[in-house]
Amino acid sequence: MIINKLTWMIGGVAGAGIIAAGTAFAKACSRGGLWVFVENEYPSLIKGGHNTSMVRVEEEEIFSHIRSVDLLVALNKETILLHQDELSPNGGILYDGEEIKIEKEEIKRKDISLISIPAAKLLEESGLGKLMLNSLMVGASLGIVDYDFEILIDVLKDSFQKKGDKVIEENVKVAKLGFDYAKNYKDKFAHTLRRRDEKERMLITGNDAICLGALKAGCKFIAAYPMTPASSILHYMASKEREYNLVVKHTEDEISAINMIIGASYAGVRAMGATSGGGFSLMVEGLGLAAMSETPMVMVEAQRPGPSTGLPTRTAQGDLKFVLSASQGDFLRIVIAPGDIEECFYETFNAFNLAEKFQVPVLIISDKFLSESPKTVYKFDEKDLKIDRGKFLSEEELERIEDYKRYLDTEDGVSSRAIPSQKNGIHLATSYEHSQDGSSLEDENTVRSMVDKRFKKEKYIQKEIKNYFKFFGPQEADLTLVSWGSTKGPILEAMKLLEREKKNVNFLQIIYLSPFPSTEVKNILEKAKKTMVVENNKTAQLAQMTKEKTGKDIDYKCLKYDGRPFYPSEIYDKVMEVLR
Amino acid sequence: MIEAKDLITERKPTWCPGCGNFGILTALRAGIALAGLDPKDTVIVSGIGCSGKIPHYVKTYGFEGIHGRILPVVTGIKLANNRLTVIGSGGDGDGYGIGMGHFMHAMRRNLDITYIVHDNQIYGLTKGQYSPTSDQGFKTKSSPLGSIEPPVNPITLAIIGGATFVSRGFVGRLEHLKSVIAHAIEHKGFSLVDILQPCVTFNYKNTYQWYSQRVYMLEEDGYKPNDKMKALEKGEEWGDKIPLGVFYEVQKPTYEDNLPQIKDVPLVFQKIEDVDIRKAMEEFV
Repeated sequence: MIINKLTWMIGGVAGAGIIAAGTAFAKACSRGGLWVFVENEYPSLIKGGHNTSMVRVEEEEIFSHIRSVDLLVALNKETILLHQDELSPNGGILYDGEEIKIEKEEIKRKDISLISIPAAKLLEESGLGKLMLNSLMVGASLGIVDYDFEILIDVLKDSFQKKGDKVIEENVKVAKLGFDYAKNYKDKFAHTLRRRDEKERMLITGNDAICLGALKAGCKFIAAYPMTPASSILHYMASKEREYNLVVKHTEDEISAINMIIGASYAGVRAMGATSGGGFSLMVEGLGLAAMSETPMVMVEAQRPGPSTGLPTRTAQGDLKFVLSASQGDFLRIVIAPGDIEECFYETFNAFNLAEKFQVPVLIISDKFLSESPKTVYKFDEKDLKIDRGKFLSEEELERIEDYKRYLDTEDGVSSRAIPSQKNGIHLATSYEHSQDGSSLEDENTVRSMVDKRFKKEKYIQKEIKNYFKFFGPQEADLTLVSWGSTKGPILEAMKLLEREKKNVNFLQIIYLSPFPSTEVKNILEKAKKTMVVENNKTAQLAQMTKEKTGKDIDYKCLKYDGRPFYPSEIYDKVMEVLR
Repeated sequence: MIEAKDLITERKPTWCPGCGNFGILTALRAGIALAGLDPKDTVIVSGIGCSGKIPHYVKTYGFEGIHGRILPVVTGIKLANNRLTVIGSGGDGDGYGIGMGHFMHAMRRNLDITYIVHDNQIYGLTKGQYSPTSDQGFKTKSSPLGSIEPPVNPITLAIIGGATFVSRGFVGRLEHLKSVIAHAIEHKGFSLVDILQPCVTFNYKNTYQWYSQRVYMLEEDGYKPNDKMKALEKGEEWGDKIPLGVFYEVQKPTYEDNLPQIKDVPLVFQKIEDVDIRKAMEEFV
């Protein structure tokens, strides 16, 4: 018997409630004290097409999904045909054999068990219709692994709260039917899940963690245009408009969104937007406006594969160089790449402080895998989070300034900020190159000094940043992995596997891509015996970046650009090959 | 009470001698004074083009953004602090060309903002190309054989688009223009002031004289701006006779009126320290 170690996957057509089922299963496990990681795959359409939700459950914290599935719940035949190869030895397929006709020769695997339950018949007998097949199968899944049904009741109550008691009751009833029926088969399946005592934890996606970070940072204004995989930021913030007194504007386009954000920030409000690469392309001119007018701004760029429409619902890390260099002209920007849920929260909070303190645009670069994959995490620690608005002048301070200049050249290049409604702070902010008082001027000396003024901030930004990078594993290793963003999870999982094989590997995760921690990265690369980047793109953009900034080549590249996140085993295989 | 002369800055306008923008500048300062605004609570937002320079010359808060994006910036400022008076001021290329999408959406939202368009029927700062309001057949550097498409009609577009105050002024009728701007600022909702303005350097057709011979005042005709269909009819008038004044005015709830979260305290004055996210976290358990 295998206790508290299970990878569960449900598959079916889009519209069948696959992701909702995955979330319910995951939440039931997470609430029962287990650690969960969820990975959803769905094509860019609303009905039809193949959707899956994979939920990995363990007793210890886990950081990504894995390739092998222990229990596959098939709501249609396609799911069986497509995913049987992914089943682990002794894995099981849970399906309705009366509805899904499958020939013996179609099952290529001989080491798995087919567990059929008459789901359609059970639904029909209950008189509740076919719609809740997903809930029935979630119940059945928990029955097979002999889990505590009470937890699922709570989960269903919460998730259908808005739809009313009747919907809750029906879903619970259906899930119980599945649970009771499937319980009879628990001996046919090797895996068991048992609830554990753990303190309260969340099951949350990267996007939602970014939202909580923004709320905590006092973000009051959000302007965005829907674009997968960033849309859930717009949705979450819109749902919190009244509770947190926010204004959330779904704009006519991304150009409008970034310009509204800049307007709101100019007027003194912490403001944020969220988009993906295509939308960010439209925002690029606005990004330059924020830089030239020295208006603080936070923008989330949740990547998906490109160019152009690309693969709207899949994942990639192909926008790094774009985000680092978007817009004409030379200017400072801060680019943060959180690699996990906690970093999404804390670095978003930091982003707002950095944006206001240095009056520069801050870009948070995520991707579909990080933005949309729920994971179990402890609640965030808010204790030490302090808002720092930088050189924001009070009315009293402004009174004491004789001739206020918005773009005053200072030691650190950061000028004091006044906002409309302040009596002594009247000024012009502008997209033109300008003198210290905001007037357009074109003489060489002023131009040079103002460009230099804005770049003076760099040194101070570098001093301010605390979490430039993280380092995992032993100081000395046979191979140093280098990466950024969401690949962190699969890398950490691969390292667990490598440790078992006594392979000596460490990992440099770069969180701040701009300003780039050149000296530190150079030191690490110089000490490393062998180096390898792991990136979800074709051209190893981080490797290009480290070469540019440190002069060091990265020895090996582990790249994936099929729209899917890395499985830990893929990284493991590549490392084994390199270290052979 | 502020007077127009108090709004003069030390910066010297860089427009061509005789440019219609001088008249708009004078009228804007006067309109702000007439409307009794406090400069510290007033923001003028411009884009790019000759018109874009205007906030340099008015002693209020100013934001000179990028081409075509005036209204999004205006909207952001207004939503951040709904106690401010926010005035967008830009050209016909900026508002009716590159910024047309924002124009249509800003109107239907009906925020309490004022949008002044310096409509000279030409691109000036890029040295003379035809604009969205150029008359059909107008020959310019980008239309050497005459423009093929008919012009945009900002007045009828605004009436249909949901603007709650739609007006036209002419820099050659300065006193009238001042009062139209003041009226537009005082109107609660989206106000458009389309201002006919000669470009003495690049537009040889639509001159002071050309406009002067054609314009007349709507109100002198006994026109009342409260009927949408009549407003559209008047808005269609262009050619030998060009009406000036308020075409359409209606009272409707503004966008801000529907945001209880900023009814008592504008976003900018809300406390952001120690936001309690415990409940929000609890929902993810």
